[in-house]
Amino acid sequence: MRIALGASLGLAAFLGLTFAALADTVTTLPALPPKDVSWSFDGPFGHYDRAALQRGFQVYKEVCSACHSLNRVAFHTLDEPGGPGFTEAQAKAIAAGYKIPDEPNDQNKGQLYDSSGNRVTRAGTIADYFPPPFPNEPAARAANNGALPPDLSIIEKARAGGASYVFSILTGFGQTPPAGFTVLANKYYNPYFDGRNISMPPPLTDGSVTFSDGTKATVEQEAQDVVTFLAWAGEPKMEERKRLGFGVIAFLLVFSGLLYLSYRKIWHDKH
Amino acid sequence: MANVTSAEPNRRDFLYIATGAVGAVGVALTAWPFVAQMNPTASALALGSIEADITTIQPGQQVIFTWRSHPLFVRRRTPKEIAEARSVPVSALIDPIARNANLDDNAPATDQNRETKPEWLVVVGVCTHLGCIPTAFEGNYGGYLCHCHGSQYDTAGRVRRGPAPQNLAVPPYTFLTNTRIKIG
Amino acid sequence: MSGPSTYEPQSGFTRWLDTRLPILRLAHDTMTTFPTPRNLNFWYAFGAILTAMLGIQIVTGIVLAMHYVPNSTMAFDSVENIMRDVNYGWLLRYMHANGASFFFLAVYVHIFRGLYYGSYKAPREVLWILGVIIYVLMIITAFMGYVLPWGQMSFWAATVITNLFSSFDQLSHLVNPHWNVGTTIAYWIWGDFGVSNATLNRFFSLHNLLPFVIAGVVGLHIWALHVPGNNNPLGIDVKGPQDTVPFHPYYTVKDLWILSMFLIVYAVVVFYLPDILGNPDNYTPANPLVTPPDIVPDWYLLPFYAMLRSIPQKLFGVLTLFGALAILVFIPWLDRSYVRSARFRPVFKIFFWVFVVNALLLGYLGSQSVDATFFGTGIPDVLLARCATAYYYAFFLLIMPFLPLFETTRPLPATIATAVLGNKAAE
Repeated sequence: MRIALGASLGLAAFLGLTFAALADTVTTLPALPPKDVSWSFDGPFGHYDRAALQRGFQVYKEVCSACHSLNRVAFHTLDEPGGPGFTEAQAKAIAAGYKIPDEPNDQNKGQLYDSSGNRVTRAGTIADYFPPPFPNEPAARAANNGALPPDLSIIEKARAGGASYVFSILTGFGQTPPAGFTVLANKYYNPYFDGRNISMPPPLTDGSVTFSDGTKATVEQEAQDVVTFLAWAGEPKMEERKRLGFGVIAFLLVFSGLLYLSYRKIWHDKH
Repeated sequence: MANVTSAEPNRRDFLYIATGAVGAVGVALTAWPFVAQMNPTASALALGSIEADITTIQPGQQVIFTWRSHPLFVRRRTPKEIAEARSVPVSALIDPIARNANLDDNAPATDQNRETKPEWLVVVGVCTHLGCIPTAFEGNYGGYLCHCHGSQYDTAGRVRRGPAPQNLAVPPYTFLTNTRIKIG
Repeated sequence: MSGPSTYEPQSGFTRWLDTRLPILRLAHDTMTTFPTPRNLNFWYAFGAILTAMLGIQIVTGIVLAMHYVPNSTMAFDSVENIMRDVNYGWLLRYMHANGASFFFLAVYVHIFRGLYYGSYKAPREVLWILGVIIYVLMIITAFMGYVLPWGQMSFWAATVITNLFSSFDQLSHLVNPHWNVGTTIAYWIWGDFGVSNATLNRFFSLHNLLPFVIAGVVGLHIWALHVPGNNNPLGIDVKGPQDTVPFHPYYTVKDLWILSMFLIVYAVVVFYLPDILGNPDNYTPANPLVTPPDIVPDWYLLPFYAMLRSIPQKLFGVLTLFGALAILVFIPWLDRSYVRSARFRPVFKIFFWVFVVNALLLGYLGSQSVDATFFGTGIPDVLLARCATAYYYAFFLLIMPFLPLFETTRPLPATIATAVLGNKAAE
């Protein structure tokens, strides 16, 4: 009897360990739904918080731009209404701080690479776009263990869940994976990313940036601000769109009302 | 339909007139974006002004930049060229108006009215006859010769022999520093 | 039914014009005095709404074409240029993209109205067939238009749907195993060995052409309508002038009113929810080397997508899809009932509403991934889709022809006028 019991326990232990070892091979799980966050730009009367846009721009510039391009955003949009609200002089200064690959012209006489093989550059002007951190895709992949950091210009429109999804990713690092889940080499656990193995290392830490307006730079704050900035980067016309929409719908309501009254009057004796 | 037609619009017709008027306004407001979309885009407008670095231009040399899809001549004049331009009375010119966007429309075409700094001539490189690009340092007046139909300009870019009717246009520009000009 | 023209030009100019090009007479006869049944309800306004939406799509499309570049290296960027830099570009793009959705919404209401009131029955068979032609042209135009932004979904939806043609290889193999008719057709459509720049360029050309073909067929559609005149919710013929009212101002104003309410809903979407009907994957530039996890067309094609995917065999899936459209042509002859309007066909009315719910179900199933189950019931979606496809075909092939043999219809009113005035007398 005891032998049987001992053998059963031994068998159970053996099977349990075997199955545990087999279970250790889960490398992909469905993502959690994005965190439920409300944004200042949500809803029919949404708007961008100017201070948040400027702080978010700082986070992008100092943290994200090391790997992620922002190809579609031109420097001249930085001082346009509905945006971060920089002055024209500030926007020009920001542009001038970037090195843009130069075009062939009389000054460089068509020599686009210097003697060390580096691309000849010029200071950015307000008409230029944010230059990418890598000259091409293979270079980007080589610097990131084979992964390609996506361009962020329309990232929030390109992902289901939008701003809340990006916020969840940025603040979703540091969690312990469930038992049996394997984090693959050169990847990190993030439960909000499809498959939960994300190539991006946690980009934000407390104090990654020092905000000039004195706001405390926690991971949550940095994420919130950069998400707001990226929302504007993807939809610079959002405020104008909602403003115009209010006028159009108000107009159509009045016009419908007048047409309805006309309809009733015309049909008065026909019903 | 019950006919109540009267000579002048009465209260019953007011509704239809109001509805029609609101509708017409709506049509006009709706048409505006379709018209406006053909205007230059924000990126084109951002390129509407350029900054030119003039450090490397020697006296007697010209560099061509592109401004608003046109060639822009930035020419560093020698003292001889400046003196030549100043020796011409305005009455001897085909076009007595300065055509300088930085000045009044009626300013006379004295050499002083054609430049901000006498050494630097900044003009749009488009012949005022039919739009060809004149060649620098050619022609009898030391300024420009347009090969298309033979117009000649002097060292201040003023037309001296036709068929061009006007002096080369001077665009709006300012010296940001001694070595940098902002045009437009 | 319209009689001889009653137009009388009032001024010297209009008399002069009338003898040279009677365009004002045409407008007068078709849009002013045209006798229209007096009992047309809300659902009859959608023809006018469709005309407005076609106009909106054409006008926004023409101005968008001033900025869009139909080359695979520049298409996506040119659309972003429109959204960011072109004055009001964002408005034009959102109007055009959502305009397609509202165009289809209106066409579905318009089609279901026709099914319910028997507008396809004699003598309006050609009118109905022209409508089916317009609907098919709309589907082709919308499909090609969706490819133009050259996003991930543009590219991959184009790949999946154009690949369907390669299934015809199975047919030509029956004749000769070396004849690949389907693949030949697919290469011909693509202009390459797969969806590529050649495909994009020709889709742009055709997408610009077809709306004007649609406009022409719409002209024929309205002409075919004006021969017998409009049907009406009672489904009985017009017997005399007491049954009708002149189109203007009765229906011009009524249609404008309903159109403006439709435009309010359109404006709410364009200005406040512009991406709600779209797919986020289309904001990622097309990558021929990466397939998105779920490929779906826009919502208005989902019912057909569900039908296609419900049949596991590729060729039969394609034939089911094309058959679902083709069968619409034969409806005037499939329905054997002498009574037009479902108002007087109580059993048909039930099958009709089940058909509507069935169509909505097919749409939902088309949006789900292939191995999904229905809302936690454990029933595989693909099984439901097969049942729903079966009902779709059964509605046309079984219910329409055979129900009239068993159905007791309600008695029809004598005339439109007595039905309308009878209601008034009852108040």
